[in-house]
Amino acid sequence: MAAAEKQAVTGAGPFNGLLTWIDQRFPLMQTWRSHLSEYYAPKNFNFWYYFGSLALFVLVIQIVTGIFLTMNYKPDAAQAFASVEYIMREVPWGWWIRYMHSTGASFFFICVYLHMFRAMLYGSYRNPRELLWIFGMLIFLCLMAEAFFGYLLPWGQMSYWGAQVIVNLFDAIPVIGPDLAIWIRGDFVVSDATLNRFFAYHVIAVPLALLALVVAHLLALHEVGSSNPDGVEIKNVKDPKTGRPLDGIPFHPYYTVKDTFGVVVFLVVFSMVVFFAPDAGGYFLEHNNFIPADPLKTPAHIAPVWYFTPYYSILRATTDEFVLWVLAPGVVAFALLLIWSMKKSATRIAVGVIAIVLLAGLLSLDAKVWGVVLMATSVMIFFFLPWLDRSPVRSIRYKGPITKTALSLFVIVFFVLGYLGTESVTEGRTLAAQVGTAVYFLFFFLMPWYSKMDKCLPEPERVTSK
Amino acid sequence: MKALVVLLALAAQLALAAEEPVRLDSAPIDPRDVASLQSGARIFVNYCLNCHSAGMMRYHKLLDLGLTEQQVKENLLFTTDKIGELMNVAMTRKDAKEWLGTAPPDLSVIARARGPDWLYTYMRSFYRDPESATGWNNMVFERVAMPHVLWTLSGQQVQEERKFKNMEQAEAVGRQQKSAWKIDVLTPDQAGKDGERFILKTIRTETAGSLSQIDYDIMVRDLVNFMTWMSEPNQITRKQVGYVVMLVLLVLLVLTYLLYKEFWKDVH
Repeated sequence: MAAAEKQAVTGAGPFNGLLTWIDQRFPLMQTWRSHLSEYYAPKNFNFWYYFGSLALFVLVIQIVTGIFLTMNYKPDAAQAFASVEYIMREVPWGWWIRYMHSTGASFFFICVYLHMFRAMLYGSYRNPRELLWIFGMLIFLCLMAEAFFGYLLPWGQMSYWGAQVIVNLFDAIPVIGPDLAIWIRGDFVVSDATLNRFFAYHVIAVPLALLALVVAHLLALHEVGSSNPDGVEIKNVKDPKTGRPLDGIPFHPYYTVKDTFGVVVFLVVFSMVVFFAPDAGGYFLEHNNFIPADPLKTPAHIAPVWYFTPYYSILRATTDEFVLWVLAPGVVAFALLLIWSMKKSATRIAVGVIAIVLLAGLLSLDAKVWGVVLMATSVMIFFFLPWLDRSPVRSIRYKGPITKTALSLFVIVFFVLGYLGTESVTEGRTLAAQVGTAVYFLFFFLMPWYSKMDKCLPEPERVTSK
Repeated sequence: MKALVVLLALAAQLALAAEEPVRLDSAPIDPRDVASLQSGARIFVNYCLNCHSAGMMRYHKLLDLGLTEQQVKENLLFTTDKIGELMNVAMTRKDAKEWLGTAPPDLSVIARARGPDWLYTYMRSFYRDPESATGWNNMVFERVAMPHVLWTLSGQQVQEERKFKNMEQAEAVGRQQKSAWKIDVLTPDQAGKDGERFILKTIRTETAGSLSQIDYDIMVRDLVNFMTWMSEPNQITRKQVGYVVMLVLLVLLVLTYLLYKEFWKDVH
């Protein structure tokens, strides 16, 4: 009788009996303790630490509103556009549900971007949190896929042509590209078949993966413990009697009440958009998307929604000249830098060979292939941050001037590229995007060197307040 | 990728082309002005709803404009006889294409796509053009397939060109216009010897219609006001609900803040 070995649940008033009954058949109290009431989080979390729980909150908003939208939406090229308007006009409170979902998409990215920036500020991805970071990046990829598939569903002009442009990117892959693009679309152009499969991905396939990854992300977090703005381990200084970290406080109730307050602040901002500016000036809901999809009319100006524009800018910045005058010399310079820093002759030779192959590719293949490669790299490179950052300290508080400058430049460039991605192309804007692209990649590719040589301050023993 | 390349090429050309977009007049609309919305509904049903549908809008929704069911039935139901029906037109898309060259777009959400300013300027920017099929052209929408349906009211306009040596002068004169204007910029080669390369294009009323320009502008204002309302009929409700939600959230904000501070008192 294993049931008798567990202690009875106390402190739940009239529910003690019920909870005891459950606890004897399910690890209820153990889960509660290890993930909430006895999960010790550093007490010095600041503003940036709200966005993890907020991202989770937006995920819940998206799932709940999504379920209700699915009840009235028709994934059919002939009916999709009108069914969205039907939700907006005739389904009771349908406009509210739909605006929460469309605004939620943008706020999901805002929260996730700020959450990632927090990790970059305080080195949250450093050993032993690499896998936690990788799970987070996989969530980010899923989120991008989710947003992309979902954006086709309203079946407006931007939905249609945005999907057309992005699916056509796969066309650039040598040999298998064209067939791959047809396989993704299920047709030679974006059509009803594409809409149906994107609907399936959007409402079931990607959300399942997303939820599983969120669970893995949280389990990994609770295994290694939360980092903090000082980047020091609270596990290193424990109370000798209780064995609890001196700078840790139980997640519940301390962070549950704090995050509840954070959720309300979030809801205030979120509701301002939902009720008073649901288009957000054409950034959250693009004007052209109120024109039904027309496969015969290509809009003069196709722009993705704001959260994809930095990468879209990088794609557009990769012209023949950029490949020839920036990318090719960049590969040579970087190879020389690597060869200079490597000790083993085998790795040196390997670097040299890879560089020559890359160079041959750069000079022979079309620039559009490299545009796609750069765009993919600009997202994927985040995966490698834990190994690119070789600073002796984790937190920006103790990092030196080079890292601070580099990170500031990166943030500026990210915004500039984002802005340029929403605008049409001019000569000046392309040049700006090219400079931005170069800085974007230098930030990552030079990190192993500048993070190591930077003059850092000593880390404190324990967390500091404020 | 092909689409992208075409796009890049297109965009590059646009950047080189010297034609400036039309400066849009700001539409003086007010979605709470019920009289204006009712007048706009009447104009829309009388003049637009013969060729254009508003197929996502139900006649019944017009009751939100302070009209009774009887009033809607007597004054606004021309193309159908049931108030619960959608504002569709009898013309099929196939016929429309044959007769007009292109199917007139559905106008249910056009105000959200184009914006009220665009619609307001567009409806006041038709001019006579002997070279076009309908005899009409538009400052905002070059070579538009739609003829000037309201011409008996607005009168007939013609386009005028004036050349200037610099942009500032051209813009200064443009700003004094009561209707749409734009400036084309020629390259120095195209401009020839006199160097006047800034061409201000404006429209002028040649023969008056049954309405004065002011009355016509008011009429277009009402129409655009209605179309903007129709593009999101729940917009007033949305804002009203918004104020209540904000109020509740502000109370919650105070409560959760106090709760947070109370719990955190013992954290040092």
